[in-house]
Amino acid sequence: MKKKWIALTLFSITAILLAGCDNPLLILDPKGPQARTLSSTILFSIAMMAGILLVVYVLYTVVLLKYRASKLDDDYEPPHEEGNKWLEIIWTAIPVVIVIILSVVTVSTTSTVEQKSVAYADEKPIVIYASSSNWKWHFSYPEEGIETVNYVNFPADRPIEFRLYSFGPITSFWIPQLAGQKYAMSDMVNTIHMSADVPGSFIGKNSNFSGEGFAKMEFEAQSLSDADYKEWVNDVKTTAPKLTEDEFDDLLEAEHVGRKTYSSNHLEFKPAPEGENSGHHHGGSTSTDDQHEDMDMDMDMDMDMDMDHDAH
Amino acid sequence: MKIDHSVPMEYSTDENKMKILGFWIFLGAEIALFSTLFAVYFTLQGNTNVGPSASDLFHLSPVMIETILLLSSSFTIGLGVHAMRLGLKKPMMTFFGITLALGAAFLGVEVYEFVTYVGEGATIQTSGFLSALFTLLGTHGLHVTFGLLWGGSILLQIKKRGFTPETANKSFIFSLYWHFLDVVWIFIFSFVYLKGLM
Amino acid sequence: MKWDEFFVTGEPMIYAAMVSIVVVSLAIPIALTYFKKWNWLWMNWLTTVDHKKIGVMYILSALLMLFRGGVDALLMRGQTAIPDNGLLDGQHYNEIFTTHGVIMILFMAMPFIIGLMNVVIPLQIGARDVAFPRLNAISFWLFFAGAMLFNISFVIGGSPDAGWSAYFPLASLEFSPTVGNNYYSLALQIAGIGTLLTGINFLVTILKMRAPGMTLMKMPMFTWSVLITNVIIVFAFPVLTVALALMTLDRQFGTQFFAMQSGGMDMLWANLFWVWGHPEVYIVILPAFGIYSEIISAFARKNLYGYKSMVVSMVAISLLSFVVWAHHFYTMGHGVMVNSVFSITTMAIAIPTGVKIFNWLFTLRKGKISFTTPMLYSLAFIPIFTIGGVTGVMLAMASADYQYHNTMFLVAHFHYVLIPGTVFAVIAGFHFWFPKVFGFMLNEKLGKLSFWFITISFNVTFFPLFILGLNGMTRRMYTYSESTGYGPLNMLSMVGAVGLAIGFIILVYNIYWSVRYSPRDIDQDPWDARSLEWSTHSPVPEYNFALIPTVNKLDAHWFAKKEGKPLATGKYEPIHMPNNSGLPVIMGALFFFWGFFMVFSWWIPAIVFGVLILGTLAYRSFEKDHGRYISVEEIERTENALRGAQHEN
Repeated sequence: MKKKWIALTLFSITAILLAGCDNPLLILDPKGPQARTLSSTILFSIAMMAGILLVVYVLYTVVLLKYRASKLDDDYEPPHEEGNKWLEIIWTAIPVVIVIILSVVTVSTTSTVEQKSVAYADEKPIVIYASSSNWKWHFSYPEEGIETVNYVNFPADRPIEFRLYSFGPITSFWIPQLAGQKYAMSDMVNTIHMSADVPGSFIGKNSNFSGEGFAKMEFEAQSLSDADYKEWVNDVKTTAPKLTEDEFDDLLEAEHVGRKTYSSNHLEFKPAPEGENSGHHHGGSTSTDDQHEDMDMDMDMDMDMDMDHDAH
Repeated sequence: MKIDHSVPMEYSTDENKMKILGFWIFLGAEIALFSTLFAVYFTLQGNTNVGPSASDLFHLSPVMIETILLLSSSFTIGLGVHAMRLGLKKPMMTFFGITLALGAAFLGVEVYEFVTYVGEGATIQTSGFLSALFTLLGTHGLHVTFGLLWGGSILLQIKKRGFTPETANKSFIFSLYWHFLDVVWIFIFSFVYLKGLM
Repeated sequence: MKWDEFFVTGEPMIYAAMVSIVVVSLAIPIALTYFKKWNWLWMNWLTTVDHKKIGVMYILSALLMLFRGGVDALLMRGQTAIPDNGLLDGQHYNEIFTTHGVIMILFMAMPFIIGLMNVVIPLQIGARDVAFPRLNAISFWLFFAGAMLFNISFVIGGSPDAGWSAYFPLASLEFSPTVGNNYYSLALQIAGIGTLLTGINFLVTILKMRAPGMTLMKMPMFTWSVLITNVIIVFAFPVLTVALALMTLDRQFGTQFFAMQSGGMDMLWANLFWVWGHPEVYIVILPAFGIYSEIISAFARKNLYGYKSMVVSMVAISLLSFVVWAHHFYTMGHGVMVNSVFSITTMAIAIPTGVKIFNWLFTLRKGKISFTTPMLYSLAFIPIFTIGGVTGVMLAMASADYQYHNTMFLVAHFHYVLIPGTVFAVIAGFHFWFPKVFGFMLNEKLGKLSFWFITISFNVTFFPLFILGLNGMTRRMYTYSESTGYGPLNMLSMVGAVGLAIGFIILVYNIYWSVRYSPRDIDQDPWDARSLEWSTHSPVPEYNFALIPTVNKLDAHWFAKKEGKPLATGKYEPIHMPNNSGLPVIMGALFFFWGFFMVFSWWIPAIVFGVLILGTLAYRSFEKDHGRYISVEEIERTENALRGAQHEN
């Protein structure tokens, strides 16, 4: 019996923690539309699951209290029960309905967070490439032509599009208060959409284990007011050094580095693995129709030649 | 041990029946294994890197020879099992012997083919496509090699002990294995070679 | 590999492990020689083909591995209990969580389950052994060789350090240059082949060797669960075989499957791994469901409610288990469509699982529940596992998973599934069937004490992780700074982990206590249970049943007791039994050495051992061994002795 109370107590502790506003849990304290959608999806599913738990726990408690051997007559003989068609239908049908509801929620919220928030439908997103190497993050701004390491600044209240890839093991780019995470891989580019409601500083990290220094692979994501952002970009352009290819190679080799700022970015000499640079489009799949025809002819000729060989 | 004479000898004891069922289940696992290898191959077949692609590499004639060799070996082992059911020891051994010889010839052509590929600079290390190709073909080839050893030991046992429920059972199971390798080859022939040549 | 890299050095823990390995490996032969037990060990255990003894060896190994994996767990919790802790460095922590995962799933949960299958299934279907007893011994020794090979990596060469899922490219030679991941691929390969053989063996056993009259729909639920599990094994394990083989090729033969420079694909590994890995979860959970069904029905003194829907739901779960694997990487960016499909298939698993929960609850309803140790575990399973289940549904929602993925929330979820699901089940089954195998019971008081320790500590250990996960703490972090605020809950979790350790120590003490002091006067059916295994003696004679029972309904043993009619009548006949064989243990040893040399890429000895393995196969093929017969007189003698022992009391 004790365990049930423990479970209930633990659950009420969670409930208090979830509701407590002083120090809310990171992913239930969203600061942007994508994370907000996810946070409300999570709260909705917790509520739904709590309902299911309640039904099971009530049934469980009643059964255990009522049918313990110590409370029953010695000569009580439990009946033989094969099952009950209607009960079975009920406890199949209700979960089916629950799963359908959750499926609808999942599909709609997944497609919501996978695109630019509707609030910014008319605005062009700011594109930032985020790439990982060893245990650090590089942020390249193709339009502004600048690059940072281990911190990223962007304007608040604007749609941001992060394009992710990795120089090495799979990492996962995650700013919990702004959007869900996504993998950064070396042979393709993934995209995350997010925006921050107001200026502020947010924890960003790699959440996917990537080797020895993984635990310390964090960065700061800062949303600035439009004016501050513009000023920062100008500052960088005028004061920061250029990123040379040699320096970038050294940077890739390094395990951890502090914050760095450059007035040019590595995309110019090392483009991201997208489009024609993507790892998934080698050789065969890009061959054109012409080549195919050539090969058909080759095949016939090869056959003849091989036949000759065999004859010798 | 109870021997039931109303069924073919390879099925005549409970143990034999269980072994045949067990082997069928094993073949189920083998299907899963080869399906995975095919899936890997299809996933990587476009990733030729700097190496040759399927159409650069494949030549139809050795593949046709391999196919003919293996298909006819499947036919001869069928004849061998038929002879066994008729209780004809010599013909059975002859057909099994031919089967193994055809298998060995198949392997010979396959080795020749591999040597040619490597000679053209297409090794297992060259590209994702070639890794997957060599692994798929090599796994099949290793199965055939193992089959030669296994079939050879069964032939020896038949020679020494004649047809007993045990040797008959082993021969029958071996024939299932051999047919299976043939089926896998047909898939390799169609979906690796013919598709690659197109 | 240089010689000074051969042994792992530089850590007090490793030296301690080396010393203890040397001491144990000296102590065992010395003790065996001193007590003149070599012959006993060889004749009774190492060469045995008896399914009961093989089962016992599986379970003993699993307990051993439980402690190895448990020490890993304590170290992990110890390291993360306080912020910026320096108990372990990053590399060491990475090795330890990797080995913890691999050992707990593959070398603890699997063998424990397979051990119980071995002990129980032939008895439960009224058979005298499994279909292929010698193959069964080979399965065990391959598993054991794999487990030992994996464990020596700790002191020789270094442990794998890329997580139990060994994602590429992290696990590739480039990013993980030690031999650690060679151990991973080869040890799992060897053990995996053993598991595949087990799968084939038990499928044939259950399909072909059931007692007369026991149709499929009259089989006990544990037998059903094992049947379905073995179907999953046969179709899932070949995928692991291929994945591991490709890993070996990539790491040791320079192929390009998962390395991206030359046209490999990193996510191919993730796909292959989880195409096996997700069914694997059901391989360890379905037999647990079977065990709970047996125990709940026995101690509620009532037949299992909704037998047919229990079977149907397990079949449904097994089919669904093959079509959900991509939910392990929703975040790889394969788009809304793919994620939605896998979300729905994953959530659909909750439906048959829910059916099972309600059927268990309705089995309890109107029952007469007695709270024995196995029943306590089974009852604790329902509420705790339900938390694991509903959080699983939450994780199944692709969008929400973008926030849970790789966090402690996920870690909490799968421990809430695997511990009350599998671990509680095997402990419950262990207590339940212990008297059947050994002829005496485990102490109930100690059993209940360890139950309370384990259950409460489990929740204290893992519930805080849900909250940590929602607070953004990722898994596999060897350290974190104080400013994150993760400290207090991690400390609480550490306290729980210590409690769990105490609970398991009590469990082992209980075994020791019971071996020494537990009364030996028990009946063949001490729990007054329902299925066939309880209709033969405890301990079970070598041949299981002197006369094969005839079955006409589910729970035939229960009804036979009520009606006072024996299930088996007739005269004894000589019983055909297989002979012991040294071949399986020799094969296990050969595989161990083959694997060891492969790990270090020492090709010549590896080829030698490979040829020796083929040699044992050839030897087996030519061997003439038709088994032996137990005479009627011997059966009578054994039966009278076993019956007499019970009648005296």
